[in-house]
Amino acid sequence: MANPTKLVVDCTTGITEEIELTDAEVAQMKADAEAYAEQKAAEETAAAADEAKKVSGKAKLKALGLTDAEIDALVK
Amino acid sequence: MATTFVKIQTVTVGSGGAANIEFTSIPQTYTDLKVVASLRTDNAGVEAVMIEFNGLNTNLSGRRLTGDGGSAGSDTLTNIRFAICTAANTASVFSNGEFYIPNYTSANFKSVSVDGVNETNGTNAVQSLVAGLWSATAAITSIKLLGNSAGNFVQYSTATLYGIKSS
Repeated sequence: MANPTKLVVDCTTGITEEIELTDAEVAQMKADAEAYAEQKAAEETAAAADEAKKVSGKAKLKALGLTDAEIDALVK
Repeated sequence: MATTFVKIQTVTVGSGGAANIEFTSIPQTYTDLKVVASLRTDNAGVEAVMIEFNGLNTNLSGRRLTGDGGSAGSDTLTNIRFAICTAANTASVFSNGEFYIPNYTSANFKSVSVDGVNETNGTNAVQSLVAGLWSATAAITSIKLLGNSAGNFVQYSTATLYGIKSS
């Protein structure tokens, strides 16, 4: 089965070539994809943690007597 | 104010798809560069297009603002990217975005301004504004656009490289 191809545009000559990726390039793509998936998962975990802190913080402010509007004005 | 705005090259992906798109032998006669892209991937997962310079995927970073119509957020990136449409989005819809690179021939680090949206004609669309940085002093001679997964850009995806002169 052929490897995926890339488009390479030479800006000096204007020639566009469709070039099959080497096995090494394909392996690098897969490794990069795995690394990105891990990075994305870490970003989502961090974002969820931030959201949880925001919810917790708002609840504590409300327990202190602030209204929802006052809390939104503080944290937006 | 720019006095010259020139299309250097444009490329459209054919029926076989393309794993990445690369502009090589970029003329060093302009002041700034701009890449405008309309992209879709055949991967169904979360997908973004990343930009790399001179064949390198190192020394890239960014600070990103995102909005999805319901909430906004910000984060720090270890690459320079914006979200693009995937096989899971409404059919035949492509994302749109641009990368602007001022002073690409200078011996300083290169800033990259990114503005992109994965318009999906659905409930999930993300706009990204990225302040990117390529921490390298070499002049930019090639630019590569690639997805973050092992998928391909689909047919009719396009990318155009423009050169901008300040005088």
